[in-house]
Amino acid sequence: MEQKGTFSVKTGLAQMLKGGVIMDVTTPEQAKIAEEAGACAVMALERVPADIRAAGGIARMADPSVIERIMEAVSIPVMAKCRIGHFVEAQILESLGIDFIDESEVLTPADDKYHISKHNFKVPFVCGARNLGEALRRIREGAAMIRTKGEPGTGNVVEAVRHIRQVNDEIRWVSSLPEEELMSAAKEMQAPYELVVETAKLKRLPVVNFAAGGIATPADAALMMQLGCDGIFVGSGIFKSGDPKKRAQAIVAATTHYNDPAVLAEVSRDLGEAMVGIDISTIRPEERMQERGW
Amino acid sequence: MAGKKTIGVLALQGAFIEHEAALQRCGVQTRQVRRPQELGEIDGLVIPGGESTTIGKLMQKFGLDTVIKKKAIEGMPIWGTCAGMILLAQEIDDGDQPRLGLMDIRVKRNAFGRQVDSFEADLDIEGIGPTRGVFIRAPYAERVWGNVQVMARYQDKIVMVQQGHLLGTAFHPELTNQGNIHRYFLEMV
Repeated sequence: MEQKGTFSVKTGLAQMLKGGVIMDVTTPEQAKIAEEAGACAVMALERVPADIRAAGGIARMADPSVIERIMEAVSIPVMAKCRIGHFVEAQILESLGIDFIDESEVLTPADDKYHISKHNFKVPFVCGARNLGEALRRIREGAAMIRTKGEPGTGNVVEAVRHIRQVNDEIRWVSSLPEEELMSAAKEMQAPYELVVETAKLKRLPVVNFAAGGIATPADAALMMQLGCDGIFVGSGIFKSGDPKKRAQAIVAATTHYNDPAVLAEVSRDLGEAMVGIDISTIRPEERMQERGW
Repeated sequence: MAGKKTIGVLALQGAFIEHEAALQRCGVQTRQVRRPQELGEIDGLVIPGGESTTIGKLMQKFGLDTVIKKKAIEGMPIWGTCAGMILLAQEIDDGDQPRLGLMDIRVKRNAFGRQVDSFEADLDIEGIGPTRGVFIRAPYAERVWGNVQVMARYQDKIVMVQQGHLLGTAFHPELTNQGNIHRYFLEMV
């Protein structure tokens, strides 16, 4: 019997993206540059996070025409973002035939208490997480893929590093616990018990876990891979830099050869200006995108 | 262990860890292949699912394509799943992306549709039997020629092919725990 939209079909696509780079693009031309550089998928947006941050105001799902033009331009998977809790934006994106939805803190949340019930959709979802409890809550809601939140649009990798280290620390912790302590661990992390048990057994998240939020250089990408991420999202880091094509190719190569410093040195040469970075301490707490999500 | 086979898994991008795990469950050693010199020490090669344009470009950039082609002509068994099958094909429906071009097949990419059309279904494979197939933005072979043997079809579309020591599947045996296709490939090695 044929079954569409099963959880294994959803997590399956995430598995096919592993070891790859997913790039934010705002035009068909950028999407083609990304595909040509070896991106394994693109994220179709109206504005990259750095511009969303600069513009302020309410950030929403992109115009369907923008998304459709990007879908027509490339043969690789196309993702798009909806606001946290905005299940109607998700319904619209699904009807466009988008390949993956990012329920994203980069956009202004539409619901200050609840995320989307993602099991109700045929299209897979990716969600951000800063710790294991948050990751497992999102997976229980139906996310087929997790990413670090980092601090989007900053070109500063420190928050993404903090988040993957936090998740890894907590996985090591639950993996070391005797069975009778897992319920209290679940309670402490505000995480679904069954997924805590599964994570402890697997010694990793039950779904693919990418890095996102502040990756700007090939070395940043390789750092996140060596810290145990399965792949890389680059938002503003490529098309806010001096030579997007060359930087995109370099980050793709660095994500594959993340353990090979000679290759990393080679691809890091002569990339031109990186995006201008922002020190996290200069961003007011209420303007930090990573605080969004519950 | 002496005499134990080592199977390389092309580890440029995609689901290579899943293939390694499935192969290890069958009792062979595996080796991740990212550089040409790593192709010298293996008895067979698996090209995993992933994004075929990404894997093809990285193969070219790091000089793996010419060495893989040479080894294939010398008789090294190669199995491509999904993106891997696309990379093995001589012809690709919608373009001119980098590929190995080793099998006499013409493939259509994303042939069953986008991700919302991805599916699981039961297949009956010639010489292997009932198999659960997971199809993720999967290709199929539109046309085969030469001595290519069609091993499985789904809804009349060709989803598994063999040509001597080369094997192609449009679906993902590494995502199920069945192990039968991995065992079949290991018998070819």
